[in-house]
Amino acid sequence: MAGFKSTERYIASRDLEVAVNAAVTLQRPLLVKGEPGTGKTVLAHEVAEALGMPLIEWHIKSTTKAQQGLYEYDAVSRLRDGQLGDERVRDIGNYIVRGKLWDAFAADRQVVVLIDEIDKADIEFPNDLLLELDRMRFFVYETRENVVAKTRPVVIITSNNEKELPDAFLRRCFFHYIRFPDRETMEKIVQSHYPDIRKDLAREALNVFFQIREVPGLKKKPATSELLDWLKLLMVEDLPPDALRSNEKQVVIPPLHGALLKNEQDVHLFERLAFLARRGT
Amino acid sequence: MFSHLVLGLRSAGLPASITEYLTLMGAMRAGVAEYSVEDFYYLARATLVKDERHLDKFDRVFGACFKGLELPEGVKVQDLPEEWLRKLAEKMLTPEEMAKIQALGGFEALMKRLQELLDEQKSRHQGGSKWIGTAGTSPFGAYGANPEGVRIGQDKSRNRTAVKVWDKREYRDLDDTVELGTRGMKLALRRLRRFARQGAATELDLPDTILATAKNAGSLDLKMVPERHNTVKVLMLFDIGGSMDDHVKLTEELFSAVRSEFKHLEYYYFHNCPYERVWKNNRRRHEEVIPTWQVLRTYGPDYKLIIVGDGAMSPYEITMAGGSVEHWNEEAGSLWIERLKGHYRRAAWLNPTPKQSWGHVRSITMLNDLMEGRMFPLTVNGIDEMTRELSR
Repeated sequence: MAGFKSTERYIASRDLEVAVNAAVTLQRPLLVKGEPGTGKTVLAHEVAEALGMPLIEWHIKSTTKAQQGLYEYDAVSRLRDGQLGDERVRDIGNYIVRGKLWDAFAADRQVVVLIDEIDKADIEFPNDLLLELDRMRFFVYETRENVVAKTRPVVIITSNNEKELPDAFLRRCFFHYIRFPDRETMEKIVQSHYPDIRKDLAREALNVFFQIREVPGLKKKPATSELLDWLKLLMVEDLPPDALRSNEKQVVIPPLHGALLKNEQDVHLFERLAFLARRGT
Repeated sequence: MFSHLVLGLRSAGLPASITEYLTLMGAMRAGVAEYSVEDFYYLARATLVKDERHLDKFDRVFGACFKGLELPEGVKVQDLPEEWLRKLAEKMLTPEEMAKIQALGGFEALMKRLQELLDEQKSRHQGGSKWIGTAGTSPFGAYGANPEGVRIGQDKSRNRTAVKVWDKREYRDLDDTVELGTRGMKLALRRLRRFARQGAATELDLPDTILATAKNAGSLDLKMVPERHNTVKVLMLFDIGGSMDDHVKLTEELFSAVRSEFKHLEYYYFHNCPYERVWKNNRRRHEEVIPTWQVLRTYGPDYKLIIVGDGAMSPYEITMAGGSVEHWNEEAGSLWIERLKGHYRRAAWLNPTPKQSWGHVRSITMLNDLMEGRMFPLTVNGIDEMTRELSR
């Protein structure tokens, strides 16, 4: 079976590989959760790449309705055309706008569908998609048309846990929680993104990064994506690794911390710690 | 085949169902996990657990169900890269020690002894892939191959045993009975949201427009509605000082969570038990007191009242006039709680002390009775229960 494996750009743990392969084999949706910035969305891109399938992305907002993923009936256009006496108005099919899931169902080959941040939507959203994701078919009321998937797409759903998802929905999914990578994995991730980064710089940067994550009371702990951004900045600025090194106990505010700390209270907390450390020595 | 796992999970409180069990069987048949216990563990986890809060429970149940089913992992000494050992020894040992090893019969003899030891361990302990250096009789200890050094049979990435993975219990802090943080609280509080349309009509109401247009015989008649907003109103009273000092961090977290979650949030402080006065600025608590009556008058019964306090005090502080430790109160605390409760139909008490210990403190039991059982522990679970109660 041509399964999903870690690639050069995306380091997947074994449990993630198993979960993805199970979802692909049994053709069920895979629900991915995890701290923000641990690569949930990127996963879908990598799965599509690894399986050699096109990717259809559906980004969910708080205003997104389940129906929009299937199709929308553009009543306003039809109304306008009707008032202008356009000929198109006679065929209601002209005003049916296909949604992302319809696109996926109608595709000639199997595709990967990413439903990104499903928890952003209304609480009823997952329930409204239950049958469609289960049977991979739906009914277009306006044209009396049954849309059935030619091939069942691989569905990857990400959630940031802002809302609880209904049990009936969960029961139909495979679930994977992306744990925050440990240092060893993180080194691999850094290596895969920036193969030509200087070893000492990466080491010092990781030291600082994990130190920051350890600081109690941070509102938003920096995650993988922040680390990668920061490393990029460090590389662009060509800072020497010494600039990151802190003396044993002393806490220093890392250079270019804007990429790591996204909250003025966190920066403030850090400044206070640094001040205390200076006074202590 | 694995039904005892599912039953075990259910009795541990995980909502695993037959559908999921059948999915697991289907995946097994499709060969997703093949023949590796570790893969099976991952597969079962992806199928049966749908919430990271349950991952730790799953690990525990899995461990209990499959105890004794570990891999026959014991590593043959032949499998050990001999060169690696040699290198290690050269790096760690002084020349004198090297000479001693030679005296014992050289590396080959040593390896043989190691094999014997390993076999012995395999029959004694399960797995037999523990630290070998710690065995007291082992020549390895004596010759100082670094007590923390030679880890046999457990090359971290290649040979990690299946048992290890779930025995690590990495998801422990995601268990919802212990985890606390502003994010968890915010999510729990989110249930209190009440959306309603208020204010200026700014959104196009499509269904109504279509309906009105149809009624209008086809000429366009636009209808607008106001935007939806979260309209829940919350009044919070925080116990501060004294025994609450132990719970400062937790209370701060709760405070920051409610602050970002609700637009209509009012808060006041009190000490131990709410009496006829509360205050807004704890530093100037004696100068700037606000009569509780004024609070009751200002914030109508549509507010939801959440009192946060550990409720640990002398029973007199609740029942008696003049019982307060800080000042002379004309009326008893219980009367004030009754008043608050009468005014705010939706009221609850959050207590940062663990629920198990409530029964041991007389004043907490009294307060809980006064609140008609609406006292909840200040954990994510407790907040969840509270929001359920308050939005009923």
